[in-house]
Amino acid sequence: MSSPSSQSRKRDPPTPASEDPLSPPSQRSRAHDTSTELQPMPTSPAMDNSLFSSPMAPRSVLQSEIDASSPLMYGTPSSRVEGTPRSGIRGTPARQRPDLGSVRKAPQVDMHSEPPSGDAAAGSEQGTGAAGQRLVIWGTDVNVGTCKEKFQRFLQHFTDPNSKEDENAGLDLNEPLYMQKLDEISVVGEPVLNVNCSHIQTFDADLYRQLICYPQEVIPTFDMAVNELFFDRFPDSVLEHQIQVRPYSAVKTRNMRALNPEDIDQLITISGMVIRTSQLIPEMQEAFFRCQVCAFNTRVEVDRGRIAEPAVCRNCNTTHSLALVHNRSAFSDKQMIKLQESPEDMPAGQTPHTTVVYAHNDLVDKVQPGDRINITGIYRAAPMRLNPRQSQVKSVYKTHIDAIHFRKTDEKRLHGVDEDGDQKLFTKDRVAMLKELAAKPDVYERLSSALAPSIYEHEDIKKGILLQLFGGTRKDFSQTGRGNFRAEINILLCGDPGTSKSQLLQYVFNLVPRGQYTSGKGSSAVGLTAYVMKDPETRQLVLQTGALVLSDNGICCIDEFDKMSDSTRSVLHEVMEQQTLSIAKAGIICQLNARTSVLAAANPVESQWNPKKTTIENIQLPHTLLSRFDLIFLMLDPQDEAYDRRLAHHLVSLYYQSEEQIEEEHLDMAVLKDYIAFARTTVHPRLNEEASQALIEAYVDMRKIGSGRGMVSAYPRQLESLIRLSEAHAKVRFSSKVETIDVEEAKRLHREALKQSATDPRTGFVDISILTTGMSATARKRKEEVAQALKKLIQTKGKTPAMKYQQLFDDLRGQSEAAITKDMFDEALRALADEDYLTVTGKTVRLL
Amino acid sequence: MPTVHDWINNPLGVVDGMFAQSHSSPDWEKKVVEYFKEKLKLNDAHAWVPSLNDVPLHYLKPNSLVKFRCMVQDMFDPEFFMGVYEMNDPTSNSKQVKCGKYKDVTECGNSYAGTSQARVVPSTSYVPNRHKRSYEEDDEMDTQSQQMKDVSQGAHSSADSHGNMEPKRQETKAPSQDSSPSHCTSSLDLNFPLPGEKGPACLVKVYENWDSFKLNDMLEVFGILSVDPALSVIADEREASSLLDPTEGMETVEEQRVHSPPASLVPRLHMLHAQPLVHNNPLLPSSALENNGDHLGSVLGELASVRAELLTFFTHVLMGDSLAAEYLILHLISNVYSRRDVLPLGKFTLNLSGCPLSSPYTEHLYNVIQQLVPSSFRLCMSLHNMNNHRMVPRKDYTANRLMSGILQLANNTSLFLDETQLEQGQLDTTGVQNITALGNLISWQKVDYDFNYHQMEFPCNINVLIASEGRSLLPSDCQIHLRPTLNPPNLEEYLSAVQVAQVPSLINKYRIYLSMARALNYTISDEITKAVEEDFVEMRKDDPQSMSAEDLHRLLVVARLLSLSHGQNTLSRDGWMKAKQLEVLRISQTQQQKCLNGNEP
Repeated sequence: MSSPSSQSRKRDPPTPASEDPLSPPSQRSRAHDTSTELQPMPTSPAMDNSLFSSPMAPRSVLQSEIDASSPLMYGTPSSRVEGTPRSGIRGTPARQRPDLGSVRKAPQVDMHSEPPSGDAAAGSEQGTGAAGQRLVIWGTDVNVGTCKEKFQRFLQHFTDPNSKEDENAGLDLNEPLYMQKLDEISVVGEPVLNVNCSHIQTFDADLYRQLICYPQEVIPTFDMAVNELFFDRFPDSVLEHQIQVRPYSAVKTRNMRALNPEDIDQLITISGMVIRTSQLIPEMQEAFFRCQVCAFNTRVEVDRGRIAEPAVCRNCNTTHSLALVHNRSAFSDKQMIKLQESPEDMPAGQTPHTTVVYAHNDLVDKVQPGDRINITGIYRAAPMRLNPRQSQVKSVYKTHIDAIHFRKTDEKRLHGVDEDGDQKLFTKDRVAMLKELAAKPDVYERLSSALAPSIYEHEDIKKGILLQLFGGTRKDFSQTGRGNFRAEINILLCGDPGTSKSQLLQYVFNLVPRGQYTSGKGSSAVGLTAYVMKDPETRQLVLQTGALVLSDNGICCIDEFDKMSDSTRSVLHEVMEQQTLSIAKAGIICQLNARTSVLAAANPVESQWNPKKTTIENIQLPHTLLSRFDLIFLMLDPQDEAYDRRLAHHLVSLYYQSEEQIEEEHLDMAVLKDYIAFARTTVHPRLNEEASQALIEAYVDMRKIGSGRGMVSAYPRQLESLIRLSEAHAKVRFSSKVETIDVEEAKRLHREALKQSATDPRTGFVDISILTTGMSATARKRKEEVAQALKKLIQTKGKTPAMKYQQLFDDLRGQSEAAITKDMFDEALRALADEDYLTVTGKTVRLL
Repeated sequence: MPTVHDWINNPLGVVDGMFAQSHSSPDWEKKVVEYFKEKLKLNDAHAWVPSLNDVPLHYLKPNSLVKFRCMVQDMFDPEFFMGVYEMNDPTSNSKQVKCGKYKDVTECGNSYAGTSQARVVPSTSYVPNRHKRSYEEDDEMDTQSQQMKDVSQGAHSSADSHGNMEPKRQETKAPSQDSSPSHCTSSLDLNFPLPGEKGPACLVKVYENWDSFKLNDMLEVFGILSVDPALSVIADEREASSLLDPTEGMETVEEQRVHSPPASLVPRLHMLHAQPLVHNNPLLPSSALENNGDHLGSVLGELASVRAELLTFFTHVLMGDSLAAEYLILHLISNVYSRRDVLPLGKFTLNLSGCPLSSPYTEHLYNVIQQLVPSSFRLCMSLHNMNNHRMVPRKDYTANRLMSGILQLANNTSLFLDETQLEQGQLDTTGVQNITALGNLISWQKVDYDFNYHQMEFPCNINVLIASEGRSLLPSDCQIHLRPTLNPPNLEEYLSAVQVAQVPSLINKYRIYLSMARALNYTISDEITKAVEEDFVEMRKDDPQSMSAEDLHRLLVVARLLSLSHGQNTLSRDGWMKAKQLEVLRISQTQQQKCLNGNEP
C-alpha cells in the first residue's frame, strides 16, 4: 500500500508544482487535477490515487461477487444488493460519491493488488508513520491514518453545549453530539452524517484546514472513519449503503462574487437562489461490455469521465468484439442546478452572477427553483475544447460546483417563530461601532434625523417610523390560548397630497431588506395576499405569494391606501392583527405567516384635508381597520412662517450642498441599515418592574381623561401599542430592559399621534372612539339630543296619529337653537323608529 | 522597442514581450495596462486607433488594437482563463511557457503537456451595444432617421422570422469577408433595447477592475479585437458534440447561442483600457471638460447668440410659442446630477400638452429633437405598443441573459413619449406594468428590472418629454400648454421649411451648446440662499396654497437650468427672478387653457 506513494515521491512527477510540497496547497491540487482531466496519461497522480481510494475497495470487491446478470438491473451499484441480508462494514456496500469527483477512481488493477480492507491499509501506514516516515496523499499533506484518527476522536468527543441549531433538538447537548447522531442513523437508517465544519474547526483547526483544502481526499477518509466507528458500535445494523459524511457551512462562507481561482478544488459554502434545475441526467458509472463472439462479460469503470473500451476480449482474444450493453451498465443520478446570487449580495448597478451546481444521487431534486439555499460543495474548473474533435482548448475554463450538502435558508421562515432566517453577519469592528453609537444619549434623535434626510421636519413621524423599523418583542402566548402577540407596529400616514408621503414610503422600502411597495390603486386582494396558479408545464398547483407574504418580517408599504377597494382592504384585517394569512382556494387551504408591519399612506377624500372633520370622515376608511394602526399621523402642510423658512432653507440646501457635506451631517444609510438589522436580531427587550408600572399608570390615565366626559379614551389595543412602542424604543438603545424612559417616549409619541388624528373637531378633545367606533362621543351625544327633542316635539303636538314629514322637520328646525340638517333629522327619526315609537312611511310619520 | 504601429497592430506581441521579460514577477500584468494607458495618453494617440463603431469589421485586422464606444448592456458570469501555461514542442522536445491573457484560444496544437501554474483571473463579459447616436456625420442623416424607426411602425417581427438559413451558410464560410454585416444582424437576435436598431455589438472581456463597471454605463473601450472563426461553433454542432464530452453539456442550446455568437457578427474584445464617457457627443472631446478650458472658452463666448438662435428656432417649431421654447431648452439640458436617498435631483420631465392631434406634428417635433441630441427615442404610446411591448428589461433564465427592453437606455437619452397616439381602450397586464414602469422612471428615475423571482432597481438618468393633447396621464415635473400664435395653412410644409432653414454648421453649434450647458457646474451662494428663503416665506404669506414645497422644488430646478442655459454656473438674484417670472407665465398659460376648456360645451 505504501509503496506507490513513496515511489512517487522519489520519482518526482514531471509537473513542477510537485517539486515544492510546501507551496500553497490550492495550486498544487489544481495543477494535479487539471492534468489528470486534460489528458488520460499514466502520470503518477493517477497511480497514487489508489492510496486514498482504498476506502472504495470493499465496494469493488463486492460488486464482482454479486451476480447481477438480470437485465432489469439498472441503477447505482448499491441498488443491486438491496435487501441482501448483511451487516458490518464489509457487508454494507459503499456508494460511489460522484460529488467527490468520478475522476478520482483508481484503476481496477490496483484495487485487487492491495489489501482489500481500508483499516489494514491504515494500520500499516500508521506503522510506517511511527517509524518516522510520514506518508501523505500525493499533492496534499494529508496522512490518511492521522486524519482518520483525528476525525474519530472528533466524533467521539465533540460536544457543543451552546448549540442552537434546530437539527440538534432532542439531543443531549452535554453528550458527544455526533455519537448521538450515529445512534440516530442506526435507528432511522439514513446513512448520511451531516457534520458542521465550524465544529471541526473549534475541535481541530488543522483537520479543518485539511478538509477545506483537500476535500476530495479528506472526505473519503472521514467516510472510512465514520463507518468503522459505526459498525464497531452497531455491528448488526443494516444500512442501504455505507455512511457518507456531508460537511456543511464551511466557515468561510463566500459570496458568489468572491469566488476566485484560489478556491478551485476546495470546499466552499455559498448562498444563493436556485433559478433553474435540469432534468435528471443519468451518468454512467460503470460500463458493461459483452463480447459478441464468446459472450464474455466485462465491466469498465468510468475513469475521468471516459470509458476505456477494451479493444481485445480477454477470453477469446478477438479484437474489437466487445459491445456496450446499456441496460446492464451502472448509472448514477445527476442534476444540473443554476444558482444565482441572492439579491441582497448584489452591488448596485450590476447584474447577478450565476453558478452551475451539480447535484448527485440523493441530492437530486432536493431543491426547487426559487429556493434560497446554502450549498456546500467542491468548486471545480474544467477546460473547454473549441471543438470536440480537436485538442485545441479555449483559454477559459468552465466552472461548476459539485454539491455535497444543501441547506435551505428560507425553510425556517415558513414554520418557525424566530426571525433570524438570514442573520447578517457583522464584523467585530462594525458591532463595536454600532454599540458605540447606541451608547450615545441622543441616539434616538440621531437615527430619526438620519431617516429620510431629504424629507423635511415631521420629526414625530420619522420617530414613529423608526420605532416601526425596530419593532417590538415577539411574545408567545399560545399556551394560554391567546396565540402570538403582534410585535409589528403599523403606521398610517394621512394628509394633504404633495406632503412627500410617497417619498417617505419609498425611502422606507429602500431601507429595509424585506420591504414591499405597492400602490392601493394598482393592487388587488390577490396581489397582496397569495394566489394559486396552475403551472403550465407540470400542471401542478403552485402557490404564488403576494406583497404581504413576501414582506414577512419586513415592512409592507402601501401607498394610496384610500384608493384600495374594500375587498382588498378586508384581507388586511387578519394580517394586521393576527399576522397570518389564510387561503382557501382551488383545493389549497393554508395559513401563511405575514408578520409584516404595514406602513400606509392615505389621501383625504376631498383631496384637501378638512380640519372640520374627523380623521374617519376625512379619509373614509372603516374604523375597524383604523384601530389596527398603532400610530396614525397627519401630514399636514402647516401654515406658519417659521416653518416655511426652515423648509425653504432645507430644500435649497438640498440643491446646492455637495455629497460630502450632507454625509457629515447625517448618518450613512448603510449604518442605519446595519443598526436596525443588528438590533432586530440581537436585542429582545423585556419590561422591567418600573416600566410595567409606568405603563399601567399611563393606561389608567388615558382611560381617566375620557371618563370625565363620559367617553372611553383608551382600549386594551392602545395599551398593546404602548408596550410595543416602548419595546421598540428600548431596542433603539440596544437595551435588554424596557425602562421608564422608553415608556415615556412611547406615551409621548402615542399622544402626539392621537392628538393629530383623534381630536374631535367639534370639541377639540382627544377622543379615541373616533378611531375605534368611527364616531366621536360628542357626535353620538348630539344625535341622542336631537332624537329627544323630536320626541318632545311630537309629544307636545298631542294625539295626532300621523304627521307630515316636511312639516315636522320645519317645526323641529324652528324650535331648536342649533341648526339641524336633514340628515340629523332623518337620523333622529330612525332612532325613534328603533324605539318603536313611530314609523315613517313615505312622506308621513305615524305614531305607534 | 516597439514602434507605434506595433502596439496598435500587434498588441499581443507587446503583451507577450512584456510577459517574457518579467518572467517571474507577477506585476507584469499591471505593467501591460500601464503601458497601453501611457501610449494612449500621448497626444492624440487614441485618435489613431481604429474604431469599431466607424470601420466595418471586415476592414479591421484581427488581434489588433481597436476602440469601441458602447453601452454596457448585460454582464455575463465570470470566466477563469489560463493565465500561464506550458506547452511542449514535439519537434524540439522543449517546453515553452506562454501567457493566455487577452486571448480566446490557446496556441498549442496537438502537442501539449499539462498546464502548469494556471493562474486564472476572472473576467466578466459584456454585451454592450452601440448607444443610439442620432448623428455622427451630417451626410448620414437620412439613414439615421431610419434607424430611429418608430415603434408604431412595428416591423420588427419580420426580421426575426427571416430564417436562420443564410447566416448558417455564412458560418460555414467562416471569414465573413463578403457578407454584409447588417444582414446578419437582423437574423441573429442581438438583443438591442430599441426595436429597429442596427450597429455593431461586441462581447467585451474585462480583466481588471470588473467590479467598477455598471449596467448601462457608457464606455470607450480600448482592446484587442478577436474574431477567431473557431469561436463561432454554434448550437447544432455543439449538440452533437455534447455527447462526446459530458463536461461541455452544462449550457443549454439557448445559452450557447447567446454566449457564443458567431465572432464574425459579434466580435470579442479583450479590454486593455476603458474610459467612461461623460457624454457621447462626437463634436466635443470625449475627455472631461475641465481639461479643455480653451475649448470651453471659445464656446462660451458665443453662447448667448447660440442660445438666442436656438430659442428662435424652437419658437418656430413650436408654432410661435416662445415660452414653450424656453422650457424645451431647459428640458433638453436637464440632468440628474445627484440623488438624496431616493430623491433624484435635477430631473425635469416636461409635459407638452396641447399638441395638435390631426397632423403628424409630434413626429416633426421629435425629428427636431433627434437632430439636436446625441441619443433619443420616440415611443408612441398607442394601446398596441403599451400592451405588446416589453419595456422593462427581463432576465431570461433559459438563455441566461438579460432580455433588453425599451427602457434600458443610456444616461441622458431623450425619451419622447407621444401620448397623442393613445386611444381609448383596455390596457392589459403588460400595459399596466408598462405604465407603472414609465411612472417610476419619471418620478424616481429608476427602472425595476424583472428578475423573475425578484426585481432589481437600476437608477437611470433619462430626459422624458411627454407630448399630449390634454394633461398627461403620467406624472411630470412641469406641464406647459402649447399656445400657437402662428397658424400656418400647411403645418407639414411649414415645419420642414423651418428645419431646412437651419444650416448644418448652426445645428452643430446647437448640439455643442446643449451638451456644454448640461455639463456645467452649478452652485448657489449663501446670500442667494437667504434671498430664496425670504422669497419663499413671502410667497407663502400671501397665499399658502399657491406655493407648496413641491413648487419650490420645481422653482429651484428651473432656476438652476435657466442659469445653466445662460452659461452662468451660479444662481444670481436676477436669474431667480427670471425663473419665478417664467413659472408665473407658465402657470397662467396652463390655467388659461383650463378655463378655456371649462367653458367649452
